Amino acid sequence: MKNAVGRDIPEYLLAGGKEVYQGKNYMDGKYIQKAAPRTRRYEKPQESKLVGSLKEALEQCGAKSGMTFSFHHHLRDGDFVVNMVMKAAIEELGLEDLTIAASSLGNAHDPIAQYIEEGKVVGIQTSGIRGRMGEVVSAGKLKTPAIIRSHGGRPRAIEGGEVHIDIAFIAAPTSDCVGNCRGIGGKSNCGSMGYAMTDAKYADHVVVVTDCLVDFPNMPASVEAIDVDAVVVVDSIGNPKKIASAAARISQNPRDLMMAENVAKVIAATPYFKDGFSFQTGVGGPSLAANLFLEQYMDERGIKMGWAIGGICGPMVELLKKGKVGKVIDVQDFDLDAVNSINQTPGHYEMSASQYANPANKGAFVNKLDFVVLAALEIDTGFNVNVLTGSDGVLRGAPGGHPDTAAGSKVCIIVTPLTRGRMATVCEHVVTVTTPGDCVDVLVTDYGIAVNPLRPDLVECLDKAGIPHVSIESLKEKAYSLVGRPDDLQWEDKVVAVLEARDGTILDVVRKIKPYDPEN
Amino acid sequence: MEILKPAMAGTLESSDAQVTVEPGASGIELNLQSSVMNQYGRQIKATVLETLERLEVSDAKVTVVDKGALDCTLKARVECAVFRSCGKSEANIPWGGAVR
Amino acid sequence: MIPRPKPERFRLRRTMMFMNAQKPGLIKDAYIYGCDSIMLDLEDAVAENQKDAARFSLYHALKTIDYGDTEVIVRINGLDTPHWQEDIRVCVAGGADGIRIAKCESAQDVKTVEAAVEAAEKEFGVEVGRTLLMAALESPKGILNAYEICAASDRMLGVAISGGDFRKCMQTKPQPDGVDMLAARGQMLIAARAAGVQCFDTVFTDLDDNEGFEAEVRQNKAMGFDGKSLINPKQIRFVHQVFAPTEKEVIQAEKIVRAYREQSAAGVGVFTVDGKMIDIAFIPGAERTLKLAKACGMYEGDLVE
Repeated sequence: MKNAVGRDIPEYLLAGGKEVYQGKNYMDGKYIQKAAPRTRRYEKPQESKLVGSLKEALEQCGAKSGMTFSFHHHLRDGDFVVNMVMKAAIEELGLEDLTIAASSLGNAHDPIAQYIEEGKVVGIQTSGIRGRMGEVVSAGKLKTPAIIRSHGGRPRAIEGGEVHIDIAFIAAPTSDCVGNCRGIGGKSNCGSMGYAMTDAKYADHVVVVTDCLVDFPNMPASVEAIDVDAVVVVDSIGNPKKIASAAARISQNPRDLMMAENVAKVIAATPYFKDGFSFQTGVGGPSLAANLFLEQYMDERGIKMGWAIGGICGPMVELLKKGKVGKVIDVQDFDLDAVNSINQTPGHYEMSASQYANPANKGAFVNKLDFVVLAALEIDTGFNVNVLTGSDGVLRGAPGGHPDTAAGSKVCIIVTPLTRGRMATVCEHVVTVTTPGDCVDVLVTDYGIAVNPLRPDLVECLDKAGIPHVSIESLKEKAYSLVGRPDDLQWEDKVVAVLEARDGTILDVVRKIKPYDPEN
Repeated sequence: MEILKPAMAGTLESSDAQVTVEPGASGIELNLQSSVMNQYGRQIKATVLETLERLEVSDAKVTVVDKGALDCTLKARVECAVFRSCGKSEANIPWGGAVR
Repeated sequence: MIPRPKPERFRLRRTMMFMNAQKPGLIKDAYIYGCDSIMLDLEDAVAENQKDAARFSLYHALKTIDYGDTEVIVRINGLDTPHWQEDIRVCVAGGADGIRIAKCESAQDVKTVEAAVEAAEKEFGVEVGRTLLMAALESPKGILNAYEICAASDRMLGVAISGGDFRKCMQTKPQPDGVDMLAARGQMLIAARAAGVQCFDTVFTDLDDNEGFEAEVRQNKAMGFDGKSLINPKQIRFVHQVFAPTEKEVIQAEKIVRAYREQSAAGVGVFTVDGKMIDIAFIPGAERTLKLAKACGMYEGDLVE
């Protein structure tokens, strides 16, 4: 069945009442029944929840084959915890048929690929999937299709009971003996723990894994002891160098800077650019560099940013400290400047993924956002964006907060070079739709700016400001004239991943890619 | 042209291609690796073979490690490797003739 | 194949950006940054054992890439190297707009290159005289011979000083006030104006020293340079900003050109604009101002193209 972005969704995936994507805000006003976890009572006075090992913790929580374990991705490419837990469950306890429900997975999790190939891990639910794991899933080795959700879609699915977490494993930079966790104060700090919060509230069992045990009470706690069954102390939860980079530097690449300057120009040309405006930007080269030029426009007009959200890094903290932004509300930290600032710099607060982006709650931050600046692997002439699959059709990305912020914001700007090497970024059809075109408003490339025809108001703003813009079709043609028209990818029928829109409908599927045949 | 000795041109930087030619027994033996194989493998192969044909190279072992090079770069690398293998890459190149 | 229009000897050349002709990722679209001219470099940027490879890259880039209105000039290797003759052949065959002669010291150097260019134009069936020349003066001798160099050929579009080598010869280093090259810049400018060609300043290489860069660009403008060589796209915007005419200058130039065209149609040679006496001597300057204004987006009228 074709959905609103023209993707053909196999009927068998719609069994059990799933719907295909119908367009932006389709679920608005509907009611959901929230799921409640079945949790154990700890009535007796207790000294400590410390257990000796992950194996003991698993046993205490009644781990068995067929269960779903959840993880957060605040330790990013430095994470040791997913691999550690799965090793204990599979190799020490002999469990199988396991599902991993993580807020994201990355290159740190290459060892899981083997458990997938061995059939021990049969389900993956995540935002991001990369590296070896992306390759084996793309090759059809996972027993059930992976389910890819946005950062807002995940808490929606957990709260609505679509994902039932049997045991949540929460990597914690610091914890006390009963499980009050924080993202700072230890040796593997990550700052915000926003992606772990919904898991702690909705899982049947919660195990905290830390490498820095601190005195009770560890306050203010990001994950609270009232939700925690067991605390395990390990040597190390992650590699600090890969958890948070030293400092996110603003790109010096002239192409990035040129695009960033045009992003700021577009923002400054809209009526939403006024005192108290709100803003989110990605940490990619040109997206982050937009901060720099935006600040110049703010100074020129004598206005300040009201608040900023998102994954946070140094340049935004800098603006906060300079008094140019009122509040920074933070679901994740990308560098040490941000890690060291959260809950320390006045105005820098932590929030949960649900608070950030969940479309099924009563008011996520993204819905009050004026501007968001985002990157793309590909964008097509329908303004549909792909941030999940490479040009070879293999899973190597993450929707993250992209679809949520695009849908919630008043102006969503995609910034990307027209080509990367020989890949046309602006193309006829993206490999996978991860953010639907009806949520994307402006495209800024190194070869020109295009405005979504759905936004004539923005066309008028740009014209008034004398900012030249062209049709997205002409950008696509320019890209193809540079790199040549790509051959279509060859797919098999087998679906290896289902991409849920943030509201839970099916936006797209990723099929198994046929190996390249040089004679074909 | 006859491939007299092994020669190489190009780099492994992004947007470039590294082309190696070696003397071969009969026909063109092309070994192609590319970061954009699925979408451009066919076109890269065609460009490389066309370029060799224009240079009248009929017997050679050719290895192309492509890092997303545009056609104009692929041609330049193949040509340079072939002219180098004949020791003729420095002067009197037939610009606009066999090289075009 | 992208047929390039016949190069204009005198056109806007505020910014000339150097690009290594051997780097495919750089040359494929250097024009997007909006510099007036791109300088594809076969000389210092290319290692000695890659000169051949750079020529193949350059040829296909010239033949394939649509540089649009951006002028494409190639810096060839010096006349004391074994490379320059093949460099000239590839430039002409590829259809480059112009050739920059490195380390030029005499009118004879220009004539030597001109002869090779003409031979190549005949060899490749290119209109004789199409390929423009410019000279880089890199030594005291080059500066002393600036006038004869500028006047050596009808193909000459201008001269540029090359600071790195020149300062070494003079046993000096860049100074904040530019005094290290003041005399040389001045002498070269006088020679260029006397010969009726354009004149360009050298690159500013310290990308972290914005203040120094801006001061140098302002001095260039004040001294009367036509433009400047650049090493990074981020330098373009400031040069264009400084070289732009003021609004008052544009209004004045428009009045002069308009009045001149009306009056000369009526057979009048001398007239007044805002109380100032104007004759034909004012016209080239006023037209230049309008062209510059158009390139800077300050003038949209049709008095100039």
